Amino acid sequence: MSAAVTVRGLRRRYGERVVIEGLDLRIETGEFVAMLGESGCGKTTLLRALAGLDPVDGGRIDGPSQPAVVFQEHRLLPWAPLWQNVALGIETPQAREQAVAALREVGLAGREGDWPRNLSGGQAQRVALARALVREPRLLLLDEPFAALDALTRIRMHDLIEDLVARHRPGVLLVTHDVDEAIAIADRILVMRGGRIAASYDVDAETAAGPSALRAKLLGELGVVLHDRAA
Amino acid sequence: MAVDLTSEKTEAITGLLHGQPRSAGEWTWSGRELVAISWLAPLAFALGWETLCRFGGVNPQVMPAPSAVLATAWTLAADGTLFVHLGYSLVRAATGFVVGGGIGFGLGVLVGFSRLAEALLDRSIQMVRAIPFLALLPLVIVWFGVDEAGKIFLVSLGVLFPIYINTVLGIRQVDPKLMEVAKVTGLSLRGRITKIILPGAMPSILTGVRYALAVAWLALVIAETIATTKGVGFLAMDAREFLQTNVIVLTIVIYAAIGVLADSVARALERRLLAWHPNYAGEARR
Repeated sequence: MSAAVTVRGLRRRYGERVVIEGLDLRIETGEFVAMLGESGCGKTTLLRALAGLDPVDGGRIDGPSQPAVVFQEHRLLPWAPLWQNVALGIETPQAREQAVAALREVGLAGREGDWPRNLSGGQAQRVALARALVREPRLLLLDEPFAALDALTRIRMHDLIEDLVARHRPGVLLVTHDVDEAIAIADRILVMRGGRIAASYDVDAETAAGPSALRAKLLGELGVVLHDRAA
Repeated sequence: MAVDLTSEKTEAITGLLHGQPRSAGEWTWSGRELVAISWLAPLAFALGWETLCRFGGVNPQVMPAPSAVLATAWTLAADGTLFVHLGYSLVRAATGFVVGGGIGFGLGVLVGFSRLAEALLDRSIQMVRAIPFLALLPLVIVWFGVDEAGKIFLVSLGVLFPIYINTVLGIRQVDPKLMEVAKVTGLSLRGRITKIILPGAMPSILTGVRYALAVAWLALVIAETIATTKGVGFLAMDAREFLQTNVIVLTIVIYAAIGVLADSVARALERRLLAWHPNYAGEARR
């Protein structure tokens, strides 16, 4: 398999505080990796470094120069109709067709001329997904993109993203604090602690006997102790 | 239950605001009705004024009746002089607006984008801005004489600053999160300017335009008091010499009318350019 991104010895600090120290990570093409961690553990910092939005203080990142990113907020341009939002940065004559096709793929066929303000939160996030996927990225970075959505919309988005990733096969890094979300859609779950990756779980292998054991393990990694109710 | 109570309360309040009993249902004023209502006060004022002049014993030399002003307008329009003066004033205002607005926008874009340009230019611009117009008047006459150039200079100067300030402000206020989107989508510098920064700054720039239109007019009144033989300002000056209060009032009405017209042009611009903005209830284009 070829790697979508390889990170070696990554280091990042804010002033005196070291946020990421000696982090190694490899994501294969078509692999869906979820990153869990407590708030402030540096998982968003890692994602922003991979996206090229923040500088790094040391180490190497070997990956595409232009990964696609979906943020927690949709970040659509309110003054541009949907297709222009999706086609942002694409300067080929087919930009509009590509955008329309991408919108169709996320279930928003025929809405290309609409304004972002006429969308619900879930729809706006789908446009953001279309904007990311229309450039056929080798690496897709998701920074808690479903955190602000209601529970039902989130489940639908999980299905959609699994579907889209299976079709376009980018390497995916999903940063989340939601253990169930990670189990539901990822192939591999990493736990970040102390500026490096503290644990790695293969989801298929761990959930052979159902997801609850992995869930308890992951919550344990995050410092949540579940009491056995039967006792 | 709490939710039900709240929604009922909201409806009741909405009803009160619209002056309609709740039983009348969801009834709101239509746009056309609101426009009609907005003209009620000025009309009542004109009617009251006319009544006072006719029956209240107001000396027409002090305050001519609206009908007298209208008659004056008619006479001046009939022999064409009104349009000559109006034409001169409009050309001055428009030229000054384009020149001053262009320079203000250009400087605003420069300073908005570049901290270096800000360090080089902003202090000087702010210093010039602090000078009251009238203080410059004698100098303007010395520099430009009593020709058109001096008048256009004054209008341009007045227009420059509101456009400059609001352009800089608008550019600086563009959401940095959207600039991050530009980065991750690989948007070119040109794309960043035309697709993110300028549209993002547009509400603020248009606020500047509206303000500048008012200032342009103000500057024009002052400019047209400089020795001149054409323009609405001249009309007023000339009428003052001969105590023609009806002409003086007419010029004031003209200034007011054109001010309102300019404002509605600015609003139309807002509706068109800010159709995406929820505050400018433009119709969603599909």
